[in-house]
Amino acid sequence: MSLSDSWDVLVLGLVLGSLYAVIAIGYTLVYGVLQLLNFAHSEVFMAGGFGGVIALTIVEPAVDPSGMQSAVYVLLGICAGAILGGTIAFGLEKAAYRPLRRRNAPRLVFLITAIGASFFLYNLAGKLFGRYPIAMPTMYENKTVFTVFGTRVSITQLIIVGAALVMLAAVDVIVNRTKLGSGIRAVAQDPEVASLMGVDIDKVVSRTFVLGGLLGGVAGFLFGTNLQVEYTMGFLPGITAFAAAVLGGIGNVRGAVLGGLLLGVVEAFTVEIWSDAWRYVGAFAVLVLVLMFRPTGLLGERVGRAA
Amino acid sequence: MSLEVTAGKTPSAARLRKQSWYQRPRFKRLVAMVVTAVVMAQVTGVQGVRNDLFYALEENFTGTGIWIWLGIFLAIWAVREFFQDWARQALARVKAAAAPLPEDGTAKAAPGGLAGQVRRVADGGRRLSTLFRGHRAYQAGGLGALLLVLIMLPLMVSTFWQQVMVDQIGMFLLIAIGLNVVVGWAGMLDLGFIAFFAIGAYSAAFWTGGLPVEPPVELNNFLVVPIAVLTCLIAGVLLGAPTLRLRGDYLAIVTLGFHEIVYLTAKNWTEFTGGTRGANSDRFSLDLGFWSYEWGLDPAPYYWLQLAFIIGVLFLFLRLEHSRVGRAWTAIREDEVAAASTGVDTVRFKLLAFAIGASTSGIAGVIYASKLGFINSEMFLVLMSVLVLSYVVFGGMGSIPGVLLGTAILVWLPEYLRDTVDAQDRYMYLGGLLVVMMIYRPQGLWPSRRRQRELRMSQEGTGSADALGAQPGGAQG
Repeated sequence: MSLSDSWDVLVLGLVLGSLYAVIAIGYTLVYGVLQLLNFAHSEVFMAGGFGGVIALTIVEPAVDPSGMQSAVYVLLGICAGAILGGTIAFGLEKAAYRPLRRRNAPRLVFLITAIGASFFLYNLAGKLFGRYPIAMPTMYENKTVFTVFGTRVSITQLIIVGAALVMLAAVDVIVNRTKLGSGIRAVAQDPEVASLMGVDIDKVVSRTFVLGGLLGGVAGFLFGTNLQVEYTMGFLPGITAFAAAVLGGIGNVRGAVLGGLLLGVVEAFTVEIWSDAWRYVGAFAVLVLVLMFRPTGLLGERVGRAA
Repeated sequence: MSLEVTAGKTPSAARLRKQSWYQRPRFKRLVAMVVTAVVMAQVTGVQGVRNDLFYALEENFTGTGIWIWLGIFLAIWAVREFFQDWARQALARVKAAAAPLPEDGTAKAAPGGLAGQVRRVADGGRRLSTLFRGHRAYQAGGLGALLLVLIMLPLMVSTFWQQVMVDQIGMFLLIAIGLNVVVGWAGMLDLGFIAFFAIGAYSAAFWTGGLPVEPPVELNNFLVVPIAVLTCLIAGVLLGAPTLRLRGDYLAIVTLGFHEIVYLTAKNWTEFTGGTRGANSDRFSLDLGFWSYEWGLDPAPYYWLQLAFIIGVLFLFLRLEHSRVGRAWTAIREDEVAAASTGVDTVRFKLLAFAIGASTSGIAGVIYASKLGFINSEMFLVLMSVLVLSYVVFGGMGSIPGVLLGTAILVWLPEYLRDTVDAQDRYMYLGGLLVVMMIYRPQGLWPSRRRQRELRMSQEGTGSADALGAQPGGAQG
């Protein structure tokens, strides 16, 4: 593998990794406030992809769009993905997790509920929209924008990385600077004390889900523009992002970003060095190795302490 | 005078407390009901078609289904909001009828009508349960009768259901019994359990000469069973040793990764496993010199063989539950730190749980491979690991009868639904059932008494019900 090849692979890995990072934040935020592995988050991601497809099918992009039109289409898709993702996450929390929280159910019960909800949602999507891959309507001509060390960077890749960066920065600001963020951190540290200090736990949890859902939805749309939208598209990226969240130290926002980028790069290099069939082996091998030496992930746990 | 001024207005604090109409619980419940009705209309509606994204949505929103569901859910809402007293009284009447009669002879004769019916049924049930609880002979008789029914079962159903019973229900029962040791008794979260099942199945194929590579000796399938169990024990220890330091959630993702690695190895290492094209495996055969028998295509003999294995495993595991080892697992599950400080070697017992749990999957794998005579990597998807965990929790983890019942029901249900709903939607209903079940009966169908107590304690905010650490959202009053 020559040097220029490895640049190609690195760019691919970073693009993939920034998507994983955005999804992983959804896992990590929810884990921070609920200590719940939200298996159904991969379905939120899938819903985002369908949101983008639905919105773009309604507006029917022009055949040869101008630059301005293309930007509008992309923004529209992002918004639609975010809205559908956020709605699904909100509904999920209201319908499935809140009744469990009311009765202090043990965590395994939460996990099984999440698994059940995941099965329900992706099969429902398959039923409503058909069980076959759907291509995202063309929004722009996917040209090469510029080259880095001989590696061509396309518009899609640029959009994915750009949107991911904006979202990561926004989440960092929200968690660290806003009132909602201090609520999230307070609930993550100690829910009982937080509620004694006047934090409305229900509201914080609900909004955390919505925040994670917005991010997951946008990631779903971006993933769909890169590849295709399908009812089962959430499962594998969901599990990898979940692994990324654990790798970085679950509950830790910056850890999730680091873990996501790392797993994306590892995955790209695994595919390049071995073959596409071994895609997920490299990522999980790295995960197991890291956890053997750092059992709480790269950056340690908890939103409250380390974000 | 100032009094007069304020009298007309609501005081400011009260105005803050006042809720708008859309904030009232009654309205919120109405919205919830309407949303549920819309979702139900989608769930029971038509299938989507190719090349028309909105076909199913349009049909479901304009068809009659949505009106029926809206009617049902609005009726439920109305009864709950406006006729609650009436409904509660009716419920109380039924409950009073089902309550045991006072024993001091003042009992009136059972009233006629519906209430009398309920009372007679409830009394009959109570009498039956005291009868069984009191006498060992009756218990043994009951078990014997159950066994007889189980033995006769394949003779009473069609070949299709015989296949389902052997290929799916029996196989998942064996796996679930093993997973119950890890999750239900030792309280560890394992999301990669089917990996051991795959290892068992591939060792069956290897030792009977089915894989592309030649084994050192070709063995009879019955001899492969102990080898497969041993292989799974070793695999359990190999997976467990480096990962047992990890807490619940980390363990879950690592076991999931382990399964993915096993699956991808089975899929891609075609020189050894045959990959997706698969490999053949011999069927069971027995040759005692004077009598020989070969298990063929008929599922019924496999059913009896499997039943024998399940009963054998159950016999061993039921003895394990209250043994020294079983009590050590309970201690670890309820409080690992306390267990360690009172002298329980937690690492050793956790490894033991992993290994013993894995062993039943080995048996299941051998039987599965031998029954089908063919295996490929696509039989061991990660989704199955997730499913089998939900079977165990659905039945009531930690309780053997619960696990058996829950697994049997959840495996049977999709096969049953095959004829009643669109076959592709089966797992949607399964997922919905899981969510509803966990909300209304989190302890599972048939929980063990000990687990039920742990759950109750955790609801009251003392103790934790599994070894996964704190509860989600902390204890909330």
